[in-house]
Amino acid sequence: MNRFALHLAALAITLASTGPLLAEDDLPIRNCTFCHGVSGQGFMVAPRIAGQRPQYIENQLKSFMAQVRDNPYARKYMHNASANLTPNLVTGFAQYFASQAPRPADDGDKNLLATGKDIFENGIPSQNVVACVVCHGPSAEGVRQIPRLGGLSYLYVKRQLDQWNEGYRQAAHPMPKVAKFLSPGEIDALASYLSYVE
Amino acid sequence: MGTTGFKLGVRSAAFALALCGMSHAADRGKGPVSRQSIESKIEYCLICHGTSGQGFRGYYTMPRLAGQQPQYIENQLHAFKEGRRLNPIMQNVVTGISPGMIQPLAEYLRSLNAAPHGGGPTEGAGLGKRIFEVGLPDANIPACAVCHGPDARGTRQIPRLAGQLYWYVTKTLTNFSRERGQRGEDSSGIMAPVARNLSPAQISAVAAYVSSLR
Repeated sequence: MNRFALHLAALAITLASTGPLLAEDDLPIRNCTFCHGVSGQGFMVAPRIAGQRPQYIENQLKSFMAQVRDNPYARKYMHNASANLTPNLVTGFAQYFASQAPRPADDGDKNLLATGKDIFENGIPSQNVVACVVCHGPSAEGVRQIPRLGGLSYLYVKRQLDQWNEGYRQAAHPMPKVAKFLSPGEIDALASYLSYVE
Repeated sequence: MGTTGFKLGVRSAAFALALCGMSHAADRGKGPVSRQSIESKIEYCLICHGTSGQGFRGYYTMPRLAGQQPQYIENQLHAFKEGRRLNPIMQNVVTGISPGMIQPLAEYLRSLNAAPHGGGPTEGAGLGKRIFEVGLPDANIPACAVCHGPDARGTRQIPRLAGQLYWYVTKTLTNFSRERGQRGEDSSGIMAPVARNLSPAQISAVAAYVSSLR
């Protein structure tokens, strides 16, 4: 029911903002799924995009096009892949993949689940680590432009947090400041926990 | 201000404040608070409450702290610590704020002067302005301006409302007695009946109005 309501809302927003939604037949989905996996579930270093927040997908695509998102795989693959997107395609892809049901990657270290959950929900006040839940939501489902993290692969989440500390994606406020207070072990625990969240 | 300018601003302001924080902390025998720990704590607060303290809308709404009355900030931090104000996130956060940090943090936040966050609905702002300035005598709603000031900037323990986020004001007035004034009286008790007597439409109108004020 929730998902159905979400679809309706997404459809209404699309109709209101950009004219008719592109029919799936007119969307070159395969250009995306070739790397992001069948039904957008992610594959290797290409993250799951199924079930991602449509506003987040749009923002990322625009950020690739403007070459603002600058981590190595973004530069290597997504800058080119997004170069010729039209506004209609950006919206069409965002709506399409947002409406696909996400499946959790379940590939983190199970021994770190409790630690990761604790950091996600409570942060670590004594060392200035904020609680992820305040922005990403209790099930890491994201909202508006804030991405869903629940079920993303261990490697992808770990790489993003590492890369903020390496100086990439500095425009993605406030994440560079969040990541800098996390130790490598805490990043491991968070990425492990999130990979199991449905 | 660019990032570097902002950082420098934070640094120098934090340094000055850390020094007065240190003397106060030393006065109360609670040990010195290092400049570094104050700077980091400010950075930590602003991750959630907005780069310039203007507030931030995540899954939950983080209120504006910029220009807030220091006495109000101090009272709320103590209320979280003592369980008089219930909020799982902030009750966790205060476990990492030592007594000597509170005053320098509150002074720093008062010095911030961000533009309003905006983004909320503007419908009803006219009604909101009327409630704010003259109240609703028939519904036992006093004029907000009497306590919060004609410019909504508050005074001493009475909070600034100008520029506060629409969603935060709405939430606060909607669940006032479930979050504040727990375990005995505190000064927030005065707001409980006012919040109770406001209808959802009136709450929305007041929130829309104060959120637009500079």
